[in-house]
Amino acid sequence: MSLAPALYNPTVLDHFLHPRNVGDLSRPDALGHAGESNCGDTMRLSLRIKDGRIIDARFRTFGCGAAIASSSVATELIKGRTLDQARHFSNQEVVAALGGLPPAKIQCSVLAAQALQSALEDYEKKQLATSH
Amino acid sequence: MRHVYLDHQSATPVLPEVFEAMKPFLSEACGNPSSLHSHGLLARDAIATARSQIAAFLNADSPDEIIFTSDGTESSNLAVKGAAWANRRNGNHIVLSQIEHPAVIASAEFLESRGFASTRVKVNAEGAVDPADILAAITDKTILIAVHHVNHEIGTIEPVRQIGAIARERGIPFYVDADSSAGWLPLDVRDWGASLLSFSPHRFYGPKGVGVLYQNRRTRLAPILHGGAQEDGRRAGVENVAAIVGAGVAAEIARRDLAQRQAHCARLQKRLWDGLREKIPRLKLNGPEPGPNRHPSSLNFSTEFIEGESQLLLCDMHGIAVASGSACVTKSRKSSHVLQAIGLDPALARGNVLMSLGQDNTDEDVDYVLDTFPKVVAQLRSLSPTWSEFEKGIPRPDQGT
Repeated sequence: MSLAPALYNPTVLDHFLHPRNVGDLSRPDALGHAGESNCGDTMRLSLRIKDGRIIDARFRTFGCGAAIASSSVATELIKGRTLDQARHFSNQEVVAALGGLPPAKIQCSVLAAQALQSALEDYEKKQLATSH
Repeated sequence: MRHVYLDHQSATPVLPEVFEAMKPFLSEACGNPSSLHSHGLLARDAIATARSQIAAFLNADSPDEIIFTSDGTESSNLAVKGAAWANRRNGNHIVLSQIEHPAVIASAEFLESRGFASTRVKVNAEGAVDPADILAAITDKTILIAVHHVNHEIGTIEPVRQIGAIARERGIPFYVDADSSAGWLPLDVRDWGASLLSFSPHRFYGPKGVGVLYQNRRTRLAPILHGGAQEDGRRAGVENVAAIVGAGVAAEIARRDLAQRQAHCARLQKRLWDGLREKIPRLKLNGPEPGPNRHPSSLNFSTEFIEGESQLLLCDMHGIAVASGSACVTKSRKSSHVLQAIGLDPALARGNVLMSLGQDNTDEDVDYVLDTFPKVVAQLRSLSPTWSEFEKGIPRPDQGT
């Protein structure tokens, strides 16, 4: 009898134990932060963007198992998306890709969506700065 | 895989001697202690024996001062609500520490909604109450002072003897919640001047489903459960005979083995903490250093840069059972009120881990944890945004360096 499978499904556990895309991109095109707002989880997301499309993503997260798994699966989901598609990214997609989260942990999936929006805002700011 | 149980502050295994003593009362010895026949008498006698064992364990004057309840929470509810109600003609004010167990705090809150008032006395950064603050909080309306012997999370031993002297001098009932310390540290209701004292035997190798409340014979208490005349009218409801028998035996064994249990756990506690601190940078101990001011088995610390639930999950996957006061673990979205009261940084509160040793833990168990836990921490820190900044030497705004 082990705690982890009682708490999370195999997909969530896999992303928690073997998170994808951990780290920081050097000289990223966009850098996003999320956290401090709800339960204290924090996430940093760096993106490589080329021709209006996210071509690479890296994350680091301070948080529970669900927060780490959500961050990991989100980086997989957003790679290859256009910026317009990315703007419509929501935590529902994260929950669905993970095959569900316990009700008390749904809020943890919001973190990744917030970090992505923060990164997109950072990108737009940088674009404005270079175009002037 | 090795299994190391380090959550003795939550529950302990029932000792074989305790289990053997309980067995008949779970099967053939079925009599209701209130029944007037030999079966009832047998159960009644068994409860009387347990009552005497517990009175001796607490250094009480008489077995009549012992009330059996269903657990520590019920004992705390009975102590706080029962004493407040019985003394309501003398006043309506309760003094308690900020870091009492939720059963005590919630009972005080309930009373506040019914016209009582309370003062929550602050604690210092190690969780210790200053008796002078208790004295300052007392008003002419104070009818109860409630301070626990040892904090359930951070293991701080409180100055109950000094607080008892203050209470006695003013004739105010003094309630000591000894849930964390019973069976691990000596208890003495006479020396402390305790009017009421509670504990639950499942925290020291007895069964779940039974609690104890000591009531000094001069202390007034109103019942909170009404019905039959069990426990001399102080607690209605059919007695959990088997669990009460187990409680008595667990108390007797604790009296016999206390010094040995205490020394064994304190030695492992020190080894564990020294080892963890040596192998893992940036661990913060919560509560006093292992020694005379700390519970001999409880080790509470915060692992900087990572969160508590993720540490628990990975520990469990390695066979190590530990606890945490982190928000994600307590399911309340807020970290524990104890960690808040000692002024712990919210991120550190989220990284909280509680390891509590027991008499069956060995040096090999400690070796295994000292080998495994640093790997758990390293794995999680490799994902942490704040750890990567710390490693690169990037100062954090709140540190001002």
